[in-house]
Amino acid sequence: MEELKTTKHNKESKKDVAILFAGDSGDGIQLTGSQFSNTSALFGNDVSTFPDYPAEIRAPQGTIAGVSGFQLNFGSIEIFTPGDMCDVLVVMNAAALKANLSKLKIGGTIIANTGGFDKKNLKLSGYVDMRNPLEDNSLGKYRVIEIDVTKLTRESLKESPLGMKEKDRSKNMFVLGFLYWMYNRKLEPTKKFLHEKFRSKPDLIDANIAVLKAGYNYGDTSETFTTRYEVKPAPLPKGVYRNIMGNQGLAIGLVAASRKAGLPLFYGSYPITPASDILHELSKHKNFNVRSFQAEDEIAAITSAIGASFAGNIGITASSGPGIALKGEALGLACILEIPLVVINVQRGGPSTGLPTKTEQADLLQAIYGRNGEAPIPVIAASSPRDCFNQAFEAVRIAIEHMTPVFLLSDGYIANGAEPWRFPSEDKLKAIHPPMLKEASDEEFLPYRRDEKGVRQWAVPGIKGLEHRIGGLEKQDETGNVSYDPDNHEKMVGLRAEKIARIADFIPLQKVDQGEDTGKLCILGWGSTYGAIKTAVKELLLEGHSVSQVHVKYLFPFPKNLEELLKGFDKVVVPELNTGQLVKIIRSEFLIDAKPLSKVKGLPFTSIEIKDAALKYLEA
Amino acid sequence: MTQEQTTYTAKDFSSDQEIRWCPGCGDYSILKQVQSVLPEIGVAKEDIVFISGIGCSSRFPYYLNTYGMHSIHGRAPAVASGLKIANPNLSIWVITGDGDALSIGGNHIIHLLRRNFDMNVLLFNNEIYGLTKGQYSPTSPEGKVTKSTPMGSVDHPFNPLALAAGADGTFIARAMDRDPKHLRTILKEADDHKGTSLIEIYQNCNVFNDGAFGVFTDKATKANTTVFVEHGQPLVFGENENMGVRLDGATPVVVDLESGDFSKEDLWKHDKTDRSKAGILMRCFDTPTGDAASLPRPFGVFYQEEKTCYEDMLHEQIKTSLEQKGEGDLQELLSGNNTWEIQ
Repeated sequence: MEELKTTKHNKESKKDVAILFAGDSGDGIQLTGSQFSNTSALFGNDVSTFPDYPAEIRAPQGTIAGVSGFQLNFGSIEIFTPGDMCDVLVVMNAAALKANLSKLKIGGTIIANTGGFDKKNLKLSGYVDMRNPLEDNSLGKYRVIEIDVTKLTRESLKESPLGMKEKDRSKNMFVLGFLYWMYNRKLEPTKKFLHEKFRSKPDLIDANIAVLKAGYNYGDTSETFTTRYEVKPAPLPKGVYRNIMGNQGLAIGLVAASRKAGLPLFYGSYPITPASDILHELSKHKNFNVRSFQAEDEIAAITSAIGASFAGNIGITASSGPGIALKGEALGLACILEIPLVVINVQRGGPSTGLPTKTEQADLLQAIYGRNGEAPIPVIAASSPRDCFNQAFEAVRIAIEHMTPVFLLSDGYIANGAEPWRFPSEDKLKAIHPPMLKEASDEEFLPYRRDEKGVRQWAVPGIKGLEHRIGGLEKQDETGNVSYDPDNHEKMVGLRAEKIARIADFIPLQKVDQGEDTGKLCILGWGSTYGAIKTAVKELLLEGHSVSQVHVKYLFPFPKNLEELLKGFDKVVVPELNTGQLVKIIRSEFLIDAKPLSKVKGLPFTSIEIKDAALKYLEA
Repeated sequence: MTQEQTTYTAKDFSSDQEIRWCPGCGDYSILKQVQSVLPEIGVAKEDIVFISGIGCSSRFPYYLNTYGMHSIHGRAPAVASGLKIANPNLSIWVITGDGDALSIGGNHIIHLLRRNFDMNVLLFNNEIYGLTKGQYSPTSPEGKVTKSTPMGSVDHPFNPLALAAGADGTFIARAMDRDPKHLRTILKEADDHKGTSLIEIYQNCNVFNDGAFGVFTDKATKANTTVFVEHGQPLVFGENENMGVRLDGATPVVVDLESGDFSKEDLWKHDKTDRSKAGILMRCFDTPTGDAASLPRPFGVFYQEEKTCYEDMLHEQIKTSLEQKGEGDLQELLSGNNTWEIQ
């Protein structure tokens, strides 16, 4: 590496830092944020990220509606959330400042691109009388670093053959370079990334690297800033790590499971935010015998997957709220057919189109109960970006080994969030055993005869002597022939329910994540609230409170010991990004007086919100 | 598809299930013709799959001793698409009706046709909702009085073949339940075609819409109201093959072959590979009035074209990907491009 000369500056050590990058949705904010995250992860920090962007692809420039954000938290300690409030707020224009100032800690640092605070920007972002907040002393509670990024970027590209518009597009690299200087980071990983990204456009590689270096050198030579920060590597468990985003983890988990089951993966999907990245990722892996099919609609996405499962592939589909609603009827079909199928719901704010790019956990009741008829379907959830891999694998395992559709819940927060992942070795992944018939035997084949788990056998077209018909009409026990017999219907409803209930014998018992197995307060979570609860409970335990964290990954059926475990606590509080769904189930299933902690703002919990609520219960 | 050595008979394709259509329903004839044709297609029984949606006709798979799925309303084409991708070796037959394919499943049928999956679609058209006891369907004629349209329907009906052509279907045909021999010929031709073969089959619902196609199927009128088109043959019809259809520019005109003004040489010679003319043929859709000048309703294969099939292209891409990248290495996928070690 070309050595960058550094002059002497004060060095301050930090355990963890949260940075929020904000700017126009065309400013390259997501790229800047993810580059800083990757570089920090490679350096050995623990990292958690949270991209927050508008639903519009290019909302009007300079307006609040067009502000795109990327928050990341990195540290020399274990990190579980992208941070409640940020230490550093990077704003590319006035709107970005206005939209995000409330997320900055008092005493925090603002890095402002003064080029984005001209009259036009001030007007568009709605500052009264176009008063410039950088000049009217309104930011006294913060440390403000003003840099004319636009001008300095252009300056550093004086010699570049690029046009002005293209030059301006690399100003995010200036900011990134400056932050690399501030936090003592190497430029190498980003340089490597730029070389790959612009492989066929050497002018763009040169320009971006020049600006990146200019940003770094600006920090180094400018007299204004005297402090640099040091965030040492985190003491993570030994092993080899990579960065993983939630949706990517899901896709890789699905591929791994299909390989371990020895079945081709069929993925039927219709594009929808925030689930489309799973389709993009899977489409790249055709050499893993992945058949991805972009269907004409959500219904075709799931029914094509059912068709593929009938033929002996593992059929998978994913969507988000509105799309999941459309899949309801087909879920019932898969349930009564008793055919393997995985349905992933990357939840977003609802109802209806709702908040496409914002997170929520309000589809739990829909997943468990949202079908016509008695249609039990197992429901599991992922709790973090890296957990997405495990749960995708689990969803496929349960679907295949228990011949049932399985719901896997994720959400926008973990779908787009990233964190380091100590990925498993291939041979540590367990084999999945499809109950598949290879050939006909002398015995008469009955498609709905069950084994001791209540599971039927999977006979796929192409096998001589096993020809049979399945369908959505109620079927006679064992033969599968259409039957309207009242007693038979009741029996079949019971058999299907029993099969799902018995899955509880094949999932891990519920563990306590932190704290004692009994005590005053249990904070019971599911899905993406894991990190915020983890951070809050960790602090509460350090402060000596009797509090425990229990995080449920298997929501239907529940782990067999969950009831007993919860009854060992005086109080149970359930934080959820909905108005109280898991809490409703806990109360009705276990007659436990569990209390809700609700938030429906399209945003994840902060750990402080959870801690404050917990303290209220602990002190009551 | 595995070529079957043993010879099947129609009986080998009947299942042990009691058939529960109304006595006299046109579905019986269609089932019988399908069972007669299956032994001729050279495919082993275990490689044949019937997929249906919802409606009277969709009970069809239960009565055939092959693999089958009675799926949900309108979705059979989508189920069949996934099935075909998963196993391109299967001979797939989609059984659907006018409500199933053209109303609730309208989206799926057009996308199936444009993707050109190699399968056969039998669209039983009875111009009524039978299973729900008699509401008008998307093919019912305007003014149709039904339970849901006591003052007559104000919907313009679909022309199913024109719709299929609009979706770039590669095999578009029409047949009827009351002409078993012709139906068998068309079924065989449909199966021989590589791509999505759509056959609209006029099917009489003798309970809720009896005689909807009587003018085409009754012996007394059939000869003058229908024309059975064959590739390369002139469009001749009538009791004594005394009538013909001539193209006057792009307008089809009925001519009398006995008047001496025209001979068979002057008639429109059917060319199933000619998209424009197939379009004109599909538009011969007015109900014949019995008037000498009124155009007959065409039956037969209207249009056929060779085109690549979705499943072949997809599996070709998978093959290419395997050739270029080799069999996927799971450990490499798990590791990604950027790793670091914590000691």
